[in-house]
Amino acid sequence: MYKIDPSRKDLVEEFRANPVGHHSADLQQMLNVVRADPFPGKYVLLCVKPHREWILGRLSGVRGDPVEVVDDQVFTCAEDAEWEVFKRRWKTLTGEDLN
Amino acid sequence: MEPVAAGEFAGRQQAIHAGSHGVIGRDAPFAALSSFTLQAMIWPTTPARGRQALLGKWSEPDQSGYALVIDNDATLALMLGDGEDNVEIVSSGQPLHEREWYLVGASFDAETGEVCIHQVPLVENPLANSVAEVCKTRTSRRPGRSHAPFMIAATYGGEAGGRAVGTHHYNGKIDSPRIANRVLDRDSMTALLQRPIPADLRPAVIAAWDFARAIPTTRIEDASANRIDGMLVNLPMRAMTGYNWTGKEMNWQHAPEQYGAIHFHEDDLYDAGWEADFEYTIPADMRSGVYAARLTSGEDEDHIPFFVRPPRGSRNADLALLIPTASYWAYANEHMVVESSGSEIFNGHLTSLSPEDLFLNAHPEFGHSMYDVFFDGSAVCHSSRLRPILNMRPGITISWVGPGGNMPWQFNADLHIVDWLEAMGHDYDVITDDDLDDEGLQLIGQYSAVMTGTHPEYVSTRMWDAFDTYLRQGGRLMYMGGNGFYSRVAYHGTLPGVVELRRTEVEFREKSAAPGEYYHSFNGEYGGIWRRIGRPPGTLVGVGMAVEGFDICGYYRRKPGSYESRAEFIFSGIDDEIIGDFGVVGGGAAGIELDRCDGDLGSPPHTLVLASSEGLSNQYLPTVEDCLMISPGLGAMDNSQARGDMVFFETPNGGGVFSTSSMSWSGSLCHNGYDNNVSKVTDNVLRRFLDPAPL
Repeated sequence: MYKIDPSRKDLVEEFRANPVGHHSADLQQMLNVVRADPFPGKYVLLCVKPHREWILGRLSGVRGDPVEVVDDQVFTCAEDAEWEVFKRRWKTLTGEDLN
Repeated sequence: MEPVAAGEFAGRQQAIHAGSHGVIGRDAPFAALSSFTLQAMIWPTTPARGRQALLGKWSEPDQSGYALVIDNDATLALMLGDGEDNVEIVSSGQPLHEREWYLVGASFDAETGEVCIHQVPLVENPLANSVAEVCKTRTSRRPGRSHAPFMIAATYGGEAGGRAVGTHHYNGKIDSPRIANRVLDRDSMTALLQRPIPADLRPAVIAAWDFARAIPTTRIEDASANRIDGMLVNLPMRAMTGYNWTGKEMNWQHAPEQYGAIHFHEDDLYDAGWEADFEYTIPADMRSGVYAARLTSGEDEDHIPFFVRPPRGSRNADLALLIPTASYWAYANEHMVVESSGSEIFNGHLTSLSPEDLFLNAHPEFGHSMYDVFFDGSAVCHSSRLRPILNMRPGITISWVGPGGNMPWQFNADLHIVDWLEAMGHDYDVITDDDLDDEGLQLIGQYSAVMTGTHPEYVSTRMWDAFDTYLRQGGRLMYMGGNGFYSRVAYHGTLPGVVELRRTEVEFREKSAAPGEYYHSFNGEYGGIWRRIGRPPGTLVGVGMAVEGFDICGYYRRKPGSYESRAEFIFSGIDDEIIGDFGVVGGGAAGIELDRCDGDLGSPPHTLVLASSEGLSNQYLPTVEDCLMISPGLGAMDNSQARGDMVFFETPNGGGVFSTSSMSWSGSLCHNGYDNNVSKVTDNVLRRFLDPAPL
């Protein structure tokens, strides 16, 4: 089973530059793990203003459960939120903080 | 645009009462009962869900009557209430197992007060026995009388909006429910499952409902001499395999006696049943088009879309824009990603939930799409428009398509086409799938050309046949989307605004229909993708579903076919090699879901490939029916089959088909003030298709 190599900061930077769309094969393989965090606690975006503002939420996976609001940090670009969630997951998976 | 009407109205809250059940209208046979036996074959799907009613005449407001139920401890029980706050519940004491068939019954002897409970699994499990026969309990309670109707799969919860409301809805199948006017022992209960009813038991039978009768309807018929028929509310699933299904027959029409089960759900919904707060009569001369009722309250605003078509039998334009309402209903109130942790990997970005998504999550009574599963895990196969549909509103996108939900879907994507027709000054009539299913060729046969929406995925047989004949007679079809003409749905024979889809064999889906349940109950047709029904989409539109991805969109590169004389009218005035490397949907005109030209997908041999997609990411993966052998390299960057092909071909009698084969095509139409090569190609084709000269 693939394991994330914390030294591959090149992949981190590749993701940071382009979180959605074409990825190298190595980044795609990494994302298949990074994005696979399970319920409960699966990160989602919650749209505050349509197409303009989002905050982070977490799903329980149980129908009808309220979606947990993570904090009040507002993202005006969905790609910025992708990077924030990536950092949080990286910390969980590798123990490292990314800046 | 100026409003056609305006006014102020009082707002109010109206509830939705989801959950399916049967209601028996006639009261007299039950009101006269003293001793009785209630019995049925059941296949419970959520026995531990809390109290669920199987059958009986019980008033929840009065706590009066009798009902056979699954109680809070998952055991079978008889509930007796005298209407004076005295309720007695006699239980089997043994929890029922999920998804096992049982003969269940309860008898009450009015003379002695004896209650007997029978809970008999069809298959014995030596180490997980759930059989129970309790016949020693005596009760001093007598069932009280009430106005509650006799109900199946729910109990009477009172009235709302002039309708009897069900409560304690049951999840699971019920087959062969019976009620007798005396105590029956287990052997008699077993004998009562026979068709016809054994002669010695006939005098005892009050009603013996046979759900295998009248399957395409909402009627439940009593096979006893009393003919105490009832009605089904909120469209539970019919044509379900019964307790006696052998597996030798897959088609309910060939062995209806093995399809005597109905699958009820607490979250079935056909008709919200809301009362009208305002009405607007469409003037006879109102222009056909897409409209919305704009509702405002303080700072809140909502739009309820509606479509105005020309009066039946007439037309006001040479072009018909066919709004794919069957596909709208299929996706209505979809909420699958809230329960699917894999959606982010599938889509290549975070899921983005709108306030409407959160509302639907908190309000399951608004019902499901055909992409959702019921609370009990079974696949949804009905979807109706007779309820608020929150995701088919202007400005509402879908949570899993595009980062931040930035790619419009269905209704909103189709508004790009409406916008383009308006901006370019083309006259058009608006018609819908619901109209086409009803009127067939008579409707589209009036038009020189028909233009589809962006994702006309779901098509009924009557719709398909109308297209087929239209094209053979020289009609012209502009297929403006991707993954169209993919699956077969059935409209109901009498109920408006509802479609059925049994997902069978292979296709993209959240969940399939259960074995033996692949034939639609509405009309007996086999469900699933047209490709597996012997009518691949290419036979209509030259292409068939190939690939889908939900992150970014690509573009088209012209192929040699685009330079042939047959295609001259399409690319007139266009020198570009690349078509649609721009757009508000994913940045390109080739994306989301795309179709390929392929003889195996039904493409006619003379299909002209005009352009093929490029620039898709590896999030784009082929459709599962193309992957019967799984191998590495399936993504669009590595897989030449995972592509879209823009095509044109001529049909008999001077007709023709042009297929964009891409859902994101419409998002590029407005680029640069509608002055771009996607707009130009579309305009060229439309103008030529409206020209009566044979193609």
